[in-house]
Amino acid sequence: MYNFDYHRPNSVDDAVRARGGSEDATFLAGGMTLLPTMKQRLASPSDIVDLSAIQDMTGVCEDDGRLAIGAMTTHASVASDPLVNQKIPALAKLAGGIGDPQVRNRGTLGGSIANADPSADYPAAVLGLGATVKTNKREISGDDFFVDMFETALEEGELILSVNFPVPDKAAYAKFPNPASRYAMVGVFVAQVGGETRVAVTGAAPSAFRVSEMEAALSNSFSADALRGINIPADGMNSDLHGSAEYRAHLVNVMARRAVESLS
Amino acid sequence: MLTVSMTVNGKEVTKTVDPRTLLVTFLREHLNLTGTHVGCDTSQCGACVVHVNGQSAKACTMLAAQVEGADVTTIEGVAKNGDLHPMQAAFKEHHGLQCGYCTPGMVMSALDLLKHNPDPSDEEVRHWLEGNICRCTGYQNIVKAIQSAAQEMRS
Repeated sequence: MYNFDYHRPNSVDDAVRARGGSEDATFLAGGMTLLPTMKQRLASPSDIVDLSAIQDMTGVCEDDGRLAIGAMTTHASVASDPLVNQKIPALAKLAGGIGDPQVRNRGTLGGSIANADPSADYPAAVLGLGATVKTNKREISGDDFFVDMFETALEEGELILSVNFPVPDKAAYAKFPNPASRYAMVGVFVAQVGGETRVAVTGAAPSAFRVSEMEAALSNSFSADALRGINIPADGMNSDLHGSAEYRAHLVNVMARRAVESLS
Repeated sequence: MLTVSMTVNGKEVTKTVDPRTLLVTFLREHLNLTGTHVGCDTSQCGACVVHVNGQSAKACTMLAAQVEGADVTTIEGVAKNGDLHPMQAAFKEHHGLQCGYCTPGMVMSALDLLKHNPDPSDEEVRHWLEGNICRCTGYQNIVKAIQSAAQEMRS
């Protein structure tokens, strides 16, 4: 790991200021991706702005029928939070299935979606529930947040403060984890929320995406059978040593059906 | 350089380090606490698991700077007055180790599990250990050791 200057501000304003001090500076949330990337010298920021001392970026609260979850809330905290378990159990289950216990103790919601790893779990929930990402500058619709592989709508130096999840009528997440890393080979989040049916997929393509054909089929009949025969084209799907594009395309349908089945 | 202070196994320590110093490097090379191992150095194997403010964490994937002001427990802080902790004794009794390289991380991880779940099923133990890799035992006796320690610690 190359050396850097380390900052640990106590407020969002100070963090944004420290980040703006150098164009090669970066925010550090839980560090579960950033630190391994730096160790491999794939990243070499000039400055690290550690967000862990900022008090008001963690925790879950109910806000006008939605759950606002602080960007620095760890996966373990989301998984065990009583409010999340009561209102959006699918989200608690998703968080409890990320990585391993030690990764869940450190990794954060904001860090995960800012990184936008194509195999991360949270993007499926942000997209599948139609969440809103609140930053220090604006609110970004979940539908507009994920742009491409490791690319989001965030501007240079923009900081995620919280994510606002609508409470769904029902929701479920099913994933096929990579047996070694527990990253999603394919994960599908299915929800009935705010009068619409949403199906969001992670792990399969460079960025999380919705499947309108499945959403239409489930709006007609919310059953696993309604999804039979809806095949996702393999074009543009991720392909690596863990699975081919065709395999991932196939898994999308299987995981979508499992998610729906778990709700019946 | 950066000055970091933390409590390690009940003792307050302050050192001046490079900002890039990992917690595991800090423990092993600055404090000579070599019980915490570096296995894969890529956050997969769990040989470096310690407790930070009571939660298990991989010390190879944290900066010492991030632990400023925190309370850290390593495998060296588990035995009391020369007596093995029941978890350590159970690993010995049930042959939960062969080469021993993964053992400090296994013990620290298992102790965190029992804090959340004092009476886990075998499946829950195995699920919890997803972040700890052992290449010798086949896990069978590790699970047995943890179950035995859990029973002992409940009584």
